[in-house]
Amino acid sequence: MSLPLFPSGSDPGPSFVELLRRTRAAGAQVSPGAASEIVGAAGRQPAGFAATLIPGVAHGTTVVALRYDNGVVVAGDRRATEGNMIAHRSIEKVFPADRHSAVAISGAAGSAIEMVRLFQTQLEHYEKVEGTCLSLEGKANQLGQMVSANLQMAMQGLVVIPLFAGFDLRLKKGRIFTYDVTGGRFEETDFHATGSGGRDAKNTVKLSFRDRLGRDEAVEIAVAALYEAADEDTATGGPDPLRGIYPVVATVDAEGYRRLEDTEVAEYFLKVLERRRERGEGGAP
Amino acid sequence: MTMPYYVAPEQVMKDRAEYAQKGIARGRALVGTTYAMGVLIVAENPSSTLHKISEIYDRVAFAGVGRYNEFDQLRVAGVRHADTKGYAYSREDVDARSLANVYAQYLGQVFTHEMKPLEVEILVAELDPVGAAHQLFHIAYDGTVADEQRFTVLGGEADAITHRMAAKFRPGWSLGEAVVACVASLSGPTRTLRADDLELAVLEHGPWRRAFRRVPDDEVTELLARGEPPEVTAARPPRAKGERAPGPVDRSGDDTGDLPGDDA
Repeated sequence: MSLPLFPSGSDPGPSFVELLRRTRAAGAQVSPGAASEIVGAAGRQPAGFAATLIPGVAHGTTVVALRYDNGVVVAGDRRATEGNMIAHRSIEKVFPADRHSAVAISGAAGSAIEMVRLFQTQLEHYEKVEGTCLSLEGKANQLGQMVSANLQMAMQGLVVIPLFAGFDLRLKKGRIFTYDVTGGRFEETDFHATGSGGRDAKNTVKLSFRDRLGRDEAVEIAVAALYEAADEDTATGGPDPLRGIYPVVATVDAEGYRRLEDTEVAEYFLKVLERRRERGEGGAP
Repeated sequence: MTMPYYVAPEQVMKDRAEYAQKGIARGRALVGTTYAMGVLIVAENPSSTLHKISEIYDRVAFAGVGRYNEFDQLRVAGVRHADTKGYAYSREDVDARSLANVYAQYLGQVFTHEMKPLEVEILVAELDPVGAAHQLFHIAYDGTVADEQRFTVLGGEADAITHRMAAKFRPGWSLGEAVVACVASLSGPTRTLRADDLELAVLEHGPWRRAFRRVPDDEVTELLARGEPPEVTAARPPRAKGERAPGPVDRSGDDTGDLPGDDA
């Protein structure tokens, strides 16, 4: 590797994606695998889209995000499926994009995770080169561009739907962005869920959501939403106390991204189950 | 009609070296040292926006003296090199040694082949994530690399500052001690430097993936006040509060190390 220097006319600026494109054209810089993945880095999938278009491709399922009074909660189950098989029990679908934002994915797991990796690098690269962070709006647009750049992959079945949420340091509030296959970026006011169990999760949030939720209540709603999604949708994994596998739940606020410990999530699940039991769900003893 | 003329290669190199050295000597100096929690870099830099010290990668920092545009170009190239490598391979494969070599290659190339050598000296520092084997690579304008595990001085008056640092250095010293010693070495006996004349950053051990942190002015003032002998502190009171807005603690990064592909 030599030092990546560019004549001023063709400088890629603070964009890492652009840098990869240039260095790839020049040869040598990136391993062929990594380079080809830029092209196939993202695609995405309308909610409920059949996850079985290509056999042998692992699909991640339900992710949910909701806003609370000074931040956002993002949560995702841990299951990946290949058709009617469980491909992985403990994959992760919620990632920190940078300090003040999170990205959650559903759809073709391989391309999705690669897209997240590129997105994370892109944000950090910008921050280091420019010396300042992108605005939340800027980050959301960047993700949209990555998604639209990969429409072709989506058309071939490798669809990925990212869900982007973060704390806007300027507006001092949590914001949630959703995307469609063409890279269209839509801001949700309060909550959203995607993936095969997305509809159930979203309905659960809808019934409990109110303005100015506390962090604790918001996490509980997110956990309940995943519980309901797992209850109705075979591709969504529920809590697995035997193996100690629990959904990934993270919050983003002014302090930054924070992932809850599995033990904390387990407690929220117990609380949700307790509520259900009190309501008489689960049949008479 | 032009006459071909001969200049001895020794003379060419000497002239270029002299030119570069002059340019570098005009700039203010910078000290990098290891301390108990990692690596400290202290630069004399009155600007709070044009940085001499920057983050390259999770455990790697960059500092430059000399012509700003030239070392900033090198800084950006370093970020690009590191990010590309970390993306193609893995985050832990990015290290200071290989980056220092790439810089050395480039500086050496420019020194021997271009009209004008780069008027810069750069420092590439790496934090050892487990032990105390931190590394400081000092790369000169002609591509000469020196690696140091104690301290290194870049820029004008480097010899005098090195001399002063050598008298003060103690392995495994605290951040406060190191800051006081570095600042005293930079300023010399006749001047005093205050927080807003300085730029400080550390690569420090912590739970964060990104070890780089800029030390804000109010913390520098406090460290300087605390680390000094009492009579000196009394003679020079700390800057009044609010006189200069302290920058926020630049704890950049997601801090969690939670990356896709990192899980088993």
